Amino acid sequence: MTVSPAPHLVTEPSRRQVPAPIAVQNLDYWFGQGEARKQALFDVNLEIERGELVILMGPSGSGKTTLLTLMGCLREVHDGSIRLLGNELNSAGEDLLVACRRQVGFIFQAHNLHESLTALQNVRMALEVHGSAAMQNWYEASSHLLRLLGLGERLDYLPGNLSGGQKQRVAIARALVGNPEIVFADEPTAALDKESGYQVVKLLKDLGRVRQTTTLMVTHDNRILDLADRIITMEDGRIVRDER
Amino acid sequence: MTRLLTVLFGRLPIGWLQLIHNRTRFAAAIAGVAFANILIFMQLGFLGALMEGTKLPYGLFASDILISASDANTLSDGSNLPRQRLYQALAVPGVAEAAAIHLGKIDWQPKDGNAVSLHVFGVDPSQEIFVSEKVNRALEQLKLLDFALIDRKTRNMEPAVFDEIDSGTPVLREINDRTLTLAETFEVGSGFEADGYMIVSDQTFLRLFPGRVPGAPTHIAINVEPASDPDAMVTALRERLQSGDSIVRTLAQAAADDQKYQTTERPIGVVFGFGIIIGVLVGIIIVYQVLSTDVTDHLGEYATLKAVGYRQSFFLGIVFEEALILALFGFVPGLLIALGFYELVSMATGLPVVMSGLRPLFVLAGTILMCVISGAIATRRLAGADPADLF
Repeated sequence: MTVSPAPHLVTEPSRRQVPAPIAVQNLDYWFGQGEARKQALFDVNLEIERGELVILMGPSGSGKTTLLTLMGCLREVHDGSIRLLGNELNSAGEDLLVACRRQVGFIFQAHNLHESLTALQNVRMALEVHGSAAMQNWYEASSHLLRLLGLGERLDYLPGNLSGGQKQRVAIARALVGNPEIVFADEPTAALDKESGYQVVKLLKDLGRVRQTTTLMVTHDNRILDLADRIITMEDGRIVRDER
Repeated sequence: MTRLLTVLFGRLPIGWLQLIHNRTRFAAAIAGVAFANILIFMQLGFLGALMEGTKLPYGLFASDILISASDANTLSDGSNLPRQRLYQALAVPGVAEAAAIHLGKIDWQPKDGNAVSLHVFGVDPSQEIFVSEKVNRALEQLKLLDFALIDRKTRNMEPAVFDEIDSGTPVLREINDRTLTLAETFEVGSGFEADGYMIVSDQTFLRLFPGRVPGAPTHIAINVEPASDPDAMVTALRERLQSGDSIVRTLAQAAADDQKYQTTERPIGVVFGFGIIIGVLVGIIIVYQVLSTDVTDHLGEYATLKAVGYRQSFFLGIVFEEALILALFGFVPGLLIALGFYELVSMATGLPVVMSGLRPLFVLAGTILMCVISGAIATRRLAGADPADLF
């Protein structure tokens, strides 16, 4: 007799065979409508192991960010399949998308901080979404992470009073505070100097090792390539190289 | 404030924080809501003045039932009644007293000053049909020909007249080619129909209005026996007076019908009613503008929150929070300024423009409703969009 899986989100490796956190199969993606329709991704196939730090490289317009936002549930998947933590994202409903978004952390190219909220409040917002249980030690969790990122003195600053690098570090803290299974990062080091850029990626990597967090990062930054477990290169919407 | 709201909502009060982040715009938004509130308050004030001004003269009389001509829509626009109806009414068991009331309008042009239009009641001075004891006592003086009581709230009357009357010196004024002695004052107040009121004896009335005859009063005021029910008496009187030239109503019903006629059928009432609709529309447009600009400005930030896993209902909550704050913050100055304007308009026109107890609550509830509706419309843009398309 087979037991059908519970309808809610699968997060624990309860099955006999632990599925890969991210599995992409035959993924196509188009931008625009009708005549202006332009294909951005062509038949992408990809499987990512748990705890890996994977770097996505390639020239601009090669589809890296598109792939990242598709995997991060920020765009709807229509053609092909993405399984995120065991959940099929193709034609997924709003409830599943919301549940998946809460399981991952996203670091954006622009910091996208809320201008009316302080650094601490911005980080807090990523915890509040998980409900009251996650909020019990919100101050400790949030401020600890901000201190770790060198912002201990800037907890109550509004983004307008922070430098570009500081804002990006707040955004990183926001992505990490909920202990996500997977962290997606879109050029997180673009606004950082060499030293802090390296530090941030190192932090992401160490987190991955300790908590078995999977990290997928889009970057042009050659200085951090040696930290990667795996480097995937894209060109014109296709994966052209995949090296470990 | 932020801490209080955090405890209250169980979450960061993002709407509040967003609003106070840009103080200039917050102030402008509050001013907009306050403006809409003032607009609505003023229209309601005028409409209320129309209602109140219509009702006031009915309040002069202590009668239970008013018999008027069947074509009477207001206190003053009906035809005259045959005096016979008075005697028919008196014959109905339960009727204690019936009094003829003549009503006429005078446009009085004082030698120095603005024209004053007066509604003149002509009554039998031996019948004490008024609510005010002072007026009932003063009826004795009206038994003298060409003596009159004057409304002290009459618009455009020089105040010196009332001071002189109060000090015991009757004032002589030439009105409609007769020299009237203004012996005493009473209070009604000006409405949209007339600037003020005057009470004279029926004999004086017939001299002021040579075209009128004693056998044709405007209204017949009925007092019922203490044991009789006025409503039952209305039915009894209607059965008795079936000639079709008269209508029988309780005094309160007559006032209510007049109010209904003034507000729904006279152009002036329709204009004020329409003004309220315009005020509400302007309010919705202002609040919608404020909230939709706010949503557009924060679209990137909302997209980020959506990417983190917040639902549409959360954003709706933020916008409702903003709507509620704007409604409350705009309402307070709106109410205060409107109260000031009421005072100014009352002084300038003599109209009873006053704030009723329920009106602020009604306007506050309406403001909150229109803010919430605007907020709901403003957030629709967020609903279907992919977060990645919003950055």
